[in-house]
Amino acid sequence: MNTKTQTKPEIASKQKIHISGAEAVVRCLLEEGADLIYGYPGGAIMPVYDELYKYQDKINHVLTRHEQGATHAAQGFARATGKVGVAIATSGPGATNLITGIADAQIDSTPMVCITGQVASHLLGSDAFQETDIVGISTPVTKWNYQITKASEIPEIFAKAFYLAKSGRPGPVLIDITKDAQFETFDFEYEKCSSVRSYKAKPEVSLEDVKSAASLINRAKKPMIVFGQGVILGQAEEEFRAFIEKADIPSAWTILGLSALPTDHELNVGMVGMHGNYAPNVLTNECDLLIAVGMRFDDRVTGDLSRYAKQAKIIHFEIDPAEIDKNVKADVAVLGDVKESLAQILPLINENKHDQWLEEFTKLEAIEFEKVKKEDLYPTKDGLTMGEVLKEINIASGGDAIIVSDVGQHQMFACRYAKFNKTKSNITSGGLGTMGFALPAAIGAKMGMPEREVVMIAGDGGYQMTIQELGTILQNKTAVKIVVLNNEFLGMVRQWQQLFFDKRYASTEMTNPDFVAIAKGYSIDAKRVTKREELASTVKEMMESKEAYFLEVCVEKENNVFPMIETGASVSDIRLE
Amino acid sequence: MENKQTYTVSIYTENNVGLLNRISGIFLRRHINIESMNISKSEIKSVSRFTLLVKVTESQIKKIIGQVEKQVEVIKAYYHTDENTVYQESCLFKLSSNLLTENDEIQTIINSSKSRVININKDFFVLEKSGAKEEIEELYHTLDQHGIMQFVRSGRIAITKDEMKISTLLSINN
Repeated sequence: MNTKTQTKPEIASKQKIHISGAEAVVRCLLEEGADLIYGYPGGAIMPVYDELYKYQDKINHVLTRHEQGATHAAQGFARATGKVGVAIATSGPGATNLITGIADAQIDSTPMVCITGQVASHLLGSDAFQETDIVGISTPVTKWNYQITKASEIPEIFAKAFYLAKSGRPGPVLIDITKDAQFETFDFEYEKCSSVRSYKAKPEVSLEDVKSAASLINRAKKPMIVFGQGVILGQAEEEFRAFIEKADIPSAWTILGLSALPTDHELNVGMVGMHGNYAPNVLTNECDLLIAVGMRFDDRVTGDLSRYAKQAKIIHFEIDPAEIDKNVKADVAVLGDVKESLAQILPLINENKHDQWLEEFTKLEAIEFEKVKKEDLYPTKDGLTMGEVLKEINIASGGDAIIVSDVGQHQMFACRYAKFNKTKSNITSGGLGTMGFALPAAIGAKMGMPEREVVMIAGDGGYQMTIQELGTILQNKTAVKIVVLNNEFLGMVRQWQQLFFDKRYASTEMTNPDFVAIAKGYSIDAKRVTKREELASTVKEMMESKEAYFLEVCVEKENNVFPMIETGASVSDIRLE
Repeated sequence: MENKQTYTVSIYTENNVGLLNRISGIFLRRHINIESMNISKSEIKSVSRFTLLVKVTESQIKKIIGQVEKQVEVIKAYYHTDENTVYQESCLFKLSSNLLTENDEIQTIINSSKSRVININKDFFVLEKSGAKEEIEELYHTLDQHGIMQFVRSGRIAITKDEMKISTLLSINN
């Protein structure tokens, strides 16, 4: 396998012990510090679950109500803690139910190890009961995967899986284990993996590239930064802040970069992209230097590439060489972990001031406030807006909460208006746009960070895609705050239908159940708010609760998210209405 | 508009199960047809070499190489134009044995095409030819006039004129 391992003195497993493959799986998890995992048992993974029963004082296995919930919970846990999330399922449908979460983790670079049971090796390829080629199915959406057919492979494969999941650009890894390998006994010993021959976790930062970047930065009159999740994954928040403050560069974020820089920081100029802020989108096409930090120029960020920052020099700080020139050609590419590259560039850049340039952001921000934000946050109409719900949550949380959003209009409102003081506080499905993500992800985030408030925000559509996870909250007494912004529509699709399909609302109107009654059915305190005067006090009540709390806010049915860059339009063509 | 051209892609990998699926999937999701593929041992113990032939633009092949190299078990990937490689294909023809006895022209074709008979019995004989794609195609058209019972050709195998320092790379990564 060509992996290198490192010994860890405190691990007691240096002595070989003769155990089953199933017990080895549990011991591997313990060796990697994975003591909180999510999953759903079934026939082909039963030996591992039998061992989990034996080890329940050491590993907390959380039974989700669906395997998809297990992956999203593992993602929420990973995104909130920075650790590797673990999800377990059985073979066949159990394994295939993991796929959405794995794909989500792959595109959002979330470290996750998924473990699936598999039919016995002599049955492989025979269309046996609950057999599916999960290694083949998951190949395009995993960083790495492997099928174990011999118990003796377990320690090395698990060590490699955890190393690959968390190193470099993180991602999901899947290990499939045949049932006979779980029963087979062998001499177990564990050593952590520290390298894989064919895999380079991160490129070494080139001083030449850093110097070239510094030279461009020092010469720029109108520099602008767009930062992404690379800052968070690289734990480079401090280096990033020192960098932007020294050079005085306005910094905008992608939705996965959100919370890496406090919302109220004077150089934080908001979100870029389709529903991002007016100023950073427009000024992308006016800056003379665009510095991308740990972001990948997603199409939702760039709009029409042929009209994206063509006037600007581009510097791209990035860990993944495949991202360089993939969408936007870089004049200078600084490959490597941004924690290292930003630390290297800091002494080479000049202290600077860009007051006039920053003033341009302020002017455009004022336009956006008048045309969009004012009515979103301080509505004059009767109907409740999603924006004002976020405003009340900000007031009650003080910006200290972890906000986990689902996918749709509410997600854009949450990203635009939620305030964050701390990093790793915005958890949402960015690249895949997975409806149903939020409830289980919020459970994972709360379990990973029990001392922090975790507020889930979903629409009525996405909430019902994984609503069964209320059972997980009931069983584990997870104190998640659940906010459903109910507009009785699949709101984002409806918005597009309104704007681009002549208001033909094909299959987007929803007749919803009594969400409050459902929450109460799961023994969760619940309230519905329909009037503005009830909103602030109910949000406060929710935030002060020590237990799980469900809040349904009945918002305007046909409210739209603006600003908006239409598909195929340029960032500078962003619409305010 | 960038022109498409034929590129030979050489990928050095760990010799592990499942990589074919990963690598071919990278081309599949971009709707790029792999014109030929050969996987074999390389000059380095336990390292496999994929040789692929694709017709794409240079910017496409650069991005694909980036995605291929992202795969955990890929050591290094390269792309080369025809001018930068020495390449061969191999093919087998199954022909009726009667041709050898009843058609004087066949022996001339075998000699002039630098092909060779590698198997013969009373019903058929097997002709082997290695060479450039055009040479093989020319021989095919010539033999087709006399009746071909079976025909099969391999994917391209290629040696690059540039050095590919895999051993050095492996020692760096080790």
